[in-house]
Amino acid sequence: MNLTLRIWRQPSADADGKMVTYQVTDVSGDMSFLEMLDILNEDLILRGEEPVAFDHDCREGICGSCGVVINGQAHGPERTTTCQLHMRHFSDGDVIDIEPWRAGAFPVVKDLVVDRSAFDRIIQAGGYITAPTGTAPDAHAVPVPKPDADSAFNNATCIGCGACVAACPNGSAMLFTSAKINHLNVLPQGQPERESRVLNMITTMDEAGFGGCTNTGECAAACPKGIPLASIATMNREFLRATRKVNR
Amino acid sequence: MSNNVGSYTVGDDIVDTKAPSGPVEDRWDKRRFGAKLVNPANRRKHRVIVVGTGLAGGSAGATLAEQGYQVIQFCYQDSPRRAHSVAAQGGINAAKNYRNDGDSIYRLFYDTVKGGDFRSRESNVYRLAQVSVEIIDQCVAQGVPFAREYGGLLDNRSFGGVQVSRTFYARGQTGQQLLLGAYQALSRQIDAGNIEMHPRTEMLDLVVVDGRARGIVARDLVTGEISTYLADAVVLATGGYGNTFYLSTNAKGSNATAIWRAHKRGAYFGNPCYTQIHPTCIPRSGEHQSKLTLMSESLRNDGRIWVPKSKGDTRSPDQIPEDERDYYLERIYPSFGNLVPRDVASRAAKNVCDEGRGVGPGGLGVYLDFADAIKRMGRDKVSEKYGNLFEMYERITAEDPYQVPMRIYPAIHYTMGGLWVDYDLQSTIPGMFVIGEANFSDHGANRLGASALMQGLADGYFVLPSTINDYLARGGLDQVAPDDPAVTTTVAEVQDRIKRLLAVDGDRTVDSFHRELGTLMWDECGMSRNAEGLKKALRRIPELREEFWQRVKVPGTGYELNQSLEKANRVADFLELAELMCLDALHREESCGGHFREESQTDDGEAKRDDENFSYVAAWEYTGVGEPPVLHKENLDFEYVHPTLRSYA
Repeated sequence: MNLTLRIWRQPSADADGKMVTYQVTDVSGDMSFLEMLDILNEDLILRGEEPVAFDHDCREGICGSCGVVINGQAHGPERTTTCQLHMRHFSDGDVIDIEPWRAGAFPVVKDLVVDRSAFDRIIQAGGYITAPTGTAPDAHAVPVPKPDADSAFNNATCIGCGACVAACPNGSAMLFTSAKINHLNVLPQGQPERESRVLNMITTMDEAGFGGCTNTGECAAACPKGIPLASIATMNREFLRATRKVNR
Repeated sequence: MSNNVGSYTVGDDIVDTKAPSGPVEDRWDKRRFGAKLVNPANRRKHRVIVVGTGLAGGSAGATLAEQGYQVIQFCYQDSPRRAHSVAAQGGINAAKNYRNDGDSIYRLFYDTVKGGDFRSRESNVYRLAQVSVEIIDQCVAQGVPFAREYGGLLDNRSFGGVQVSRTFYARGQTGQQLLLGAYQALSRQIDAGNIEMHPRTEMLDLVVVDGRARGIVARDLVTGEISTYLADAVVLATGGYGNTFYLSTNAKGSNATAIWRAHKRGAYFGNPCYTQIHPTCIPRSGEHQSKLTLMSESLRNDGRIWVPKSKGDTRSPDQIPEDERDYYLERIYPSFGNLVPRDVASRAAKNVCDEGRGVGPGGLGVYLDFADAIKRMGRDKVSEKYGNLFEMYERITAEDPYQVPMRIYPAIHYTMGGLWVDYDLQSTIPGMFVIGEANFSDHGANRLGASALMQGLADGYFVLPSTINDYLARGGLDQVAPDDPAVTTTVAEVQDRIKRLLAVDGDRTVDSFHRELGTLMWDECGMSRNAEGLKKALRRIPELREEFWQRVKVPGTGYELNQSLEKANRVADFLELAELMCLDALHREESCGGHFREESQTDDGEAKRDDENFSYVAAWEYTGVGEPPVLHKENLDFEYVHPTLRSYA
């Protein structure tokens, strides 16, 4: 198939950007979206133009590096990562708009590459269980009920891609933050830091400039790992609980 | 350059690996007791550089920081959470014997030495098995959500080459969950100010002062700035070199630059020809293919592998009756069946495809069929165990594996070879330690499934933090001046190379060279190798390298985010490393593990080892680009697991 691409080009963080139109030809339905961009880039390089910069690494949907807004949707029309989106979901003659994640807390670095280091800072604020190496008791010392283990796991599958923030009209990071809080707070090992975790992570999240949640639900609809909207409600409950406990 | 293809010289044997003598089960205790310690108050005076944030680097950085060292850590990704360990699917081994099915530390040790086809160091492997038990405890304490049973206890499954269930897992995302555990521990230390983290920064050279590793030169991938970081020790945790083959299951950014440049600074390279081909990957679909995707080996627990009995059978799989199917692994290896080790399964797949019985486009595929498992356990149970893998398969191929069998084909997945290290995980450059896949140490000529995660975390959480003390405590580490000639020369060399890459301005892209190198390596140094093919590759690689430096086109400048330049830097190194891989493969005139030499096989086509002549680690010393390297042999002694013909029949 032949496609028209309109791609956001921005040479650096402080330069102005604009949409630029490109044509790609002979795209096969078996190609991934990124492989289609590879072909464009090979072509641009040989023509002496700058290739389009985009983040990517594992290309199997697990590292969370890639992610662009495709026709207004974070990661495009399928509920998956950009690297796992295949061109069979597009048709010959389509015009495809490709933009970086748009959010105040994710400044553009170049073209489609954004700075997501705010996510790392949220985790650094409390997204862990303090367990220095060598201090652990036997793994079977504390059984974890299967429903709790499953719930922890489901939240832990977050890959930190940032699609939730990009999809949210407020640029909120509530889904990301809640996924980590709910992963750790449900486990017996996570109890000692249960309150400080939620309070510190939410403070850091707010300081990073992410917006608030207005229950739009776009985040959960865009999440390639299916983190449910209910995780935000659970986090809010954890936050209230922690606030009351700390203020007591 | 030498006219004699594949020539090398032989240097001194490596006699002392620092492994203590005595009973194998006491050696690790003995070494830890013998190692000098740095007292807690003095630790903050030592700076340690850790390059890489995968399972090995992440766990090492966090643990060293917990101990009180100042850690400076690097990764090329935008966050330490994205290192490619994240993509490991199946599980992590540990000799917990929670299933009460006869497992023990000794059995894990035995299985690993045997699985490695008797080409690993017994002392290291025993230590790995010992430490495996603590890893699971550590990860559970961090909140890693391993799969559990209804009673709340941890679940296990079985992996290739093994007859017990010792693999712990977190659905099909074990690597991700273990990595997040290490990343979170790392994050805690970054927040505490004990780790200075540099994401989007790539190591481009090692600084060696007076024969000791004292720092690195790295490039900020956003600004292009080249900086020097100095320290008392350098730890490389930069992963394997599978991307030499272009198409592999590695991440696109995975590269050999850190280990290769360290090799050029004096670190010996161990067993570069030991590469692992994983039997269960999704077959390639066309020329545009940029990487290959693995389907976890755990699928072989319940999936059955087969091809049609007759050649060129183009019927759809549901039209092929049971008696016209060849479940070849179950037929040839009745006691291990579909769970034979990876090298054996991969070669068997190649053989049936070479016979013309392969399925799918180009006949490069075999079926992995879950029909029986779905009948036995029900669709829901299959979905609970493998759901995410089935989804991934369907997304890529547009075929539903609940309805039609998966098609799989082998692909490059892991490299057992790597920088040579002693028992302390120290390279031949004092002060430079190498951990995880980047070193050559524990897997011999073939790695068993679920052992990479085990080794990465063993090295990072437990082994390195005990052995690096000994080096640091011995002192003699005077401050290095930033204008020391060793530093300024190294920086100048890095800058010069970037300038040269940008100046070529030729007519071929970096990827076109990488693809060509990859195809050559897959054809001549892939699943099976022979002298003629390896010599052909050894003649072609230097030509290709020369062409690269004359014709590569790298747009842009060095002072910005320039992904073409990053790739060019990496491919330039693959073009040198590939030659050493072929040379090592040519020199090792035996078959062992993942290294199959067609000249050395049994009558039934199985790998034939030659213990008399090749029971050693080949540690190569660098002498110059295209110059004959020097071979140093570390002879392998087997006091406990006596080499036998590795049989899985």
